[in-house]
Amino acid sequence: MKKTLALVAGMAAGLVAAAGAPALADSHAKTKACFVYVGPIGDFGWSYQHHQGLLAVEAEFGDKVETAYLESVPEGADAERAVERFARSGCNIVFTTSFGYMDATNKVAAKFPDVMFEHATGYKRESDNVSTYSSKFFEGRYIQGQIAAKLSKTGVAGYIASFPIPEVVRGINSFILGAQSINPDFKLKVVWVNTWFDPGKESDAAKTLIDQGVDIVTQHTDSTAPMQVAAERGIMAFGQASDMYRFGEKTQLTAIIDDWAPYYIERVNAVMDGTWESQDVWHGMDHGSVAMAPYTNMPDDVKALAEETEAKIKSGEFTPFTGPITKQDGSQWLADGETADIGTLLGMNFYVQGVDDTLPN
Amino acid sequence: MFIELERRPAHSTLYSALSPFIALILTLVAGAILFAVMGINPAKGLYSFFIEPLTEVWSLHELAIKAAPLILIATGLSICFLSSNWNIGAEGQFILGAIFGSILPVLFHEQVGIWVLPAMMIMGMIGGALWALIPALLKTRFGANEILTSLMLVYVAELFLDWLVRGAWRNPEGFNFPETRSFSPGQILPEVLDSGRAHYGAVLAIVAVLIAWFMMAKTIRGFEVKVIGQAPKAGQFAGFDAKRVTIVAFMISGALAGLAGIAEVSGAIQQLRPTISPGYGFTAIIVAFLGRLNPVGVFAAGLVLALSFLGSEAAQISLGVSDKLGRVFQGMLLFFVLACDTLIHYRIRITGWAGRARTGET
Repeated sequence: MKKTLALVAGMAAGLVAAAGAPALADSHAKTKACFVYVGPIGDFGWSYQHHQGLLAVEAEFGDKVETAYLESVPEGADAERAVERFARSGCNIVFTTSFGYMDATNKVAAKFPDVMFEHATGYKRESDNVSTYSSKFFEGRYIQGQIAAKLSKTGVAGYIASFPIPEVVRGINSFILGAQSINPDFKLKVVWVNTWFDPGKESDAAKTLIDQGVDIVTQHTDSTAPMQVAAERGIMAFGQASDMYRFGEKTQLTAIIDDWAPYYIERVNAVMDGTWESQDVWHGMDHGSVAMAPYTNMPDDVKALAEETEAKIKSGEFTPFTGPITKQDGSQWLADGETADIGTLLGMNFYVQGVDDTLPN
Repeated sequence: MFIELERRPAHSTLYSALSPFIALILTLVAGAILFAVMGINPAKGLYSFFIEPLTEVWSLHELAIKAAPLILIATGLSICFLSSNWNIGAEGQFILGAIFGSILPVLFHEQVGIWVLPAMMIMGMIGGALWALIPALLKTRFGANEILTSLMLVYVAELFLDWLVRGAWRNPEGFNFPETRSFSPGQILPEVLDSGRAHYGAVLAIVAVLIAWFMMAKTIRGFEVKVIGQAPKAGQFAGFDAKRVTIVAFMISGALAGLAGIAEVSGAIQQLRPTISPGYGFTAIIVAFLGRLNPVGVFAAGLVLALSFLGSEAAQISLGVSDKLGRVFQGMLLFFVLACDTLIHYRIRITGWAGRARTGET
């Protein structure tokens, strides 16, 4: 009982400190950066990483910045209210961090020309106070594919996919291309769970894949459930969005880390300087937006190979979508040495050869 | 020691009427304690939760947007529940209404004219009513439990919508993202006032409440629903057809849920996407019972529930509390309403072992 009381008292004290701090200083001199998240900040995936970006902004600018966030905001009619609430509550820059917020962001932006808006993973910039930004997560998938092909005994990996949108399809294709660069016969099984965050469905998908003989699992969903299932069943897995090492210390090979901190700091800084302008960025490893967690649970030669590829992608010497690449239907997509154009990548709706699945259509 | 609930011989009409307000006050008191434990000034906490959203014009518009679908659906549900038909699938009827109503804007994008919006609304009502007809027919023809069938049809509806927006109805210019094209201006429910984005869905909700009130209070059809709901045997002697009441009640509640669906899509979202409802169909069940299955009560309960959503957001920003707090308030409100209702009809009796032995003998 005493312990519980102490815990409650401690939590209360923490909340007082958290709630009291912004009220003390003068709010007018500060730049206010606001964030809308689609999931809970405790998902240890997508929204968690965006929140890490918020914390990095606070750490960087200290007293000069004030932050606010709304978590678990549904895409749809609620999103517009959340964005408008921020625009009205004195935010100078609003980051809307899910694709489904695209129209809401643009609608509100048109009404509030003095507030800057940053929409993640979208493509609409209808007024000049809207920017869009995304990261080339597929660069990390290629490295994962290479590691999987080196380590897999069955020659089949499993991929837990969320929604058949270009973002996810790019990741799948990049993974299989990386794997085929090591083992041309490598196969990839895909399970679509139609959710970004549902630990139950994700762990069911992982179990299904393992029962079908895959011995390496990767995921494009946000919970840690697949990692935990892989750990239980004694196979290897890749973390997604954040470093999930603590959920599978003997399981995680590496993880793709979405590091939004550099971009958020850069853009908040631009608002402070008055140099903010509408733009569309698609950064990758070169800007540090995509990072790899330490390579663990693998022999040194595999680790060296992964590090070598990572360095090549970082320096711009290599990009995963480099020909020759054949589509799943057997037609040629890219000739030898040709690289993919941005338009095709942004709207990617086909598999390359070697994916053991039909793309939902 | 045992706690027993004993039915009161007569219950107070005054307290019956006051019960929702007593529940509201108890919720506020419990909320104040909660804020105090969290180290937040209770007055400030309650203010930002329940008053702040009402102080600005744009926020009142948002309240209307949030409340309109809840009120529309709950009005239909209350008629259905009064007839003792348990339609749990309003969420699915909402979605089917949205899909049916979107046939015009998605497939006949160029169609404009003053007839388009009314046609969309009517199509939405048809879609919802047809979806609700399935559990009604399964119940009247085969005796299937409507709670299970209507609930399971929600998932079918969700997957059907998902399939449409990823497949046949996908926006050709949308980079393969799962959404339909945006509705053209003549296919969007217009805003009622210039001061905010509340659309005519709110007006539809008010009209529905008035019609439902009139039907239940003044017409033989409303009387039929209530009699069949409370005493099916007596209804049969009066010549009422229980099966027909089941079908009519389901179709009315389905039609209103479908209307809410197309009004939400046309007025607030303006395109179809994989998810169009944050659970309105389920929240409306709470609204229907909070409003004591009375259209006017439903109207008030819809506003209170909508306020708790807005308040939760306001509190997240101004107090830095979790979004779960709004859920806690909704839960407390429902708990206190049910508790008050129970205590009006029953009294608590604490009995010892002796008391138990005595009841055992009888």
